[in-house]
Amino acid sequence: MGRWTKFIVGAVAVLVVALLLARLVSNEYFFFAGYVVLQFVVLATAWNILGGYAGYVNFGSGAFFAVGAYTAVALIKAFAAPLLLQLAAAVLVSGLMGLAIGAMTLRLRGIFFSIATVAIAVICETAVLNWGFVGGARGATVLQPPAPALFASYARLLFVVMSLLAVLAVALARYIEISWIGRGLRAIRDNEEAAESVGVPTLKLKLFAATASGALMGMAGAPFPLYMSFIEPTSAFSLNYAVSALAMPIIGGTASWAGPVIGAVLLGSAQQIVTVTLSSELNVLVLGVLLVAFVVAAPDGILGLVRRLLGKAGAK
Amino acid sequence: MSFELLGEAIIAGVLLGCFYAAVSVGLSVAFGLLDVPQIAHPAFLVLGAYGAYYLGGFGVDPLLAGVLLTPVFFLAGLAVYRFYHATFESRGTDAGLRGLAFFFGIAFIVEVALILIFGVDQRSVEAAYIGKSISLGDVRLPMRMLVAVGVALVLTAGLMLYLSRTFTGRAIKAVAQDQTALALMGADPVRIKQWAFGIATGTCALAGALLIIVAPVEPGLGRLYIGRTFCVAVLAGLGSMPGTLAAGVILGIAESIVLTSLGASWAPAVAFGLLLLVLAVRPAGLFGR
Repeated sequence: MGRWTKFIVGAVAVLVVALLLARLVSNEYFFFAGYVVLQFVVLATAWNILGGYAGYVNFGSGAFFAVGAYTAVALIKAFAAPLLLQLAAAVLVSGLMGLAIGAMTLRLRGIFFSIATVAIAVICETAVLNWGFVGGARGATVLQPPAPALFASYARLLFVVMSLLAVLAVALARYIEISWIGRGLRAIRDNEEAAESVGVPTLKLKLFAATASGALMGMAGAPFPLYMSFIEPTSAFSLNYAVSALAMPIIGGTASWAGPVIGAVLLGSAQQIVTVTLSSELNVLVLGVLLVAFVVAAPDGILGLVRRLLGKAGAK
Repeated sequence: MSFELLGEAIIAGVLLGCFYAAVSVGLSVAFGLLDVPQIAHPAFLVLGAYGAYYLGGFGVDPLLAGVLLTPVFFLAGLAVYRFYHATFESRGTDAGLRGLAFFFGIAFIVEVALILIFGVDQRSVEAAYIGKSISLGDVRLPMRMLVAVGVALVLTAGLMLYLSRTFTGRAIKAVAQDQTALALMGADPVRIKQWAFGIATGTCALAGALLIIVAPVEPGLGRLYIGRTFCVAVLAGLGSMPGTLAAGVILGIAESIVLTSLGASWAPAVAFGLLLLVLAVRPAGLFGR
């Protein structure tokens, strides 16, 4: 219990702050930017469950995100489903997709697994491009419902919802990390044969991690159509999501749940500022350069740098 | 689909397939023989295409531009491998995840840099042989595809001879089989691999020129070619040059048939679908070692 008390207090504090902000801040743009940063917290955390803990690099995060978003669109088009149902369906569909890539880890490791995730992303994008019901290549317009009683605008509601989703995602990642599941996944990452031979149920664990990771990514995408009021395949499947979902945990540090959160908050906020003040191309260039720089010079990310600093200070 | 249409689709597919083989030989060496997770290969191809476009502005023929840029790409390849080896391979642990992220980052940087310099619009080049075609009976063969076929045959045959007849070429094949054994024979495996990676990158200049000869290019094109090049390299049976040509033709025919029967919007999924199929059924490829 002790190791959860602090975390729960922190999580509740985050949610209270989000609610207060939704009541007090008057600038609408704040919620648009904040929503995107929180969405990246979910994506980065989700990627890290499979990529950071188990060592299976997913290049197709954008596809899971988009599948979540398009599941929501399909439900809206079919019978104007409420947000909660959209979220549940997105979690289910992208979770199944995660289970499928989990099954691929049976035969595919390393770069082969990664290439296969790119393959799945492109096949999903092609399918959506050719699927007329959700708008095909032209995209689809989604009308935001009127703002609910407690909120001044629908964007504020979505901001609070995304805060809740971010807290849930991080809690799940933390649970996995400190339980036996996390130990098993780390064993898989370090040496899969050795793990298997000492009795770690590698397949079960990989399936679980891939499903959880995929479900969370789809969950991050589900409110996207309502948030944008418009969706089209190119932006939903944007490479930016795939790169961010991978770069943020690596830059923040893949060893612990705090790494993706740090990476997503820092880079997500910086992206919002750079996109507004300079240009969106420059913003993704910075992301790419930072990714390469960290992979080369600081493999343990910001978390590793901080720990090394603290360790040195403690030694003196 | 009528029989006649199928025949035309197959001929177009063979031409297209030779082109796919040409853009994939470099990957067959870098990934197939050297086991380097060279996911930036398609990005280098697009870079080569833009190099040909840039030199085309000075009136240089795209093929000549490709030949001129080959040494530059070769040197760049040497540098990239040296850096990759020093930072990842020689340190050992966890090289897989970080090496992949490294090349992914490089591919991303190349793409965005091209967007910043040239913009997102499609670019094309001009040459006497682009746009013309010759007729053989009822079948029209576009000249630009024939040029691609010629270059593909020269590239694959040249590399095959180089790998089997020359001392360095055999050393490259040896390093793929057993690095330690090569070191015991007194050859430095790292230098051999660096040389081979240089060659692999060098082919991207000429193959990139083909890319812009065959169709207009845009900075994001590399992503599509991740599927095509890896599909060919894996189907070939990592590192086999005749396999690369055969695999290219198989992919070309498959894509061409899907194009005629289902329409152009499904074509991008063919390479990835075929890749998944190969990975699931026969990961060792056609000519696997």
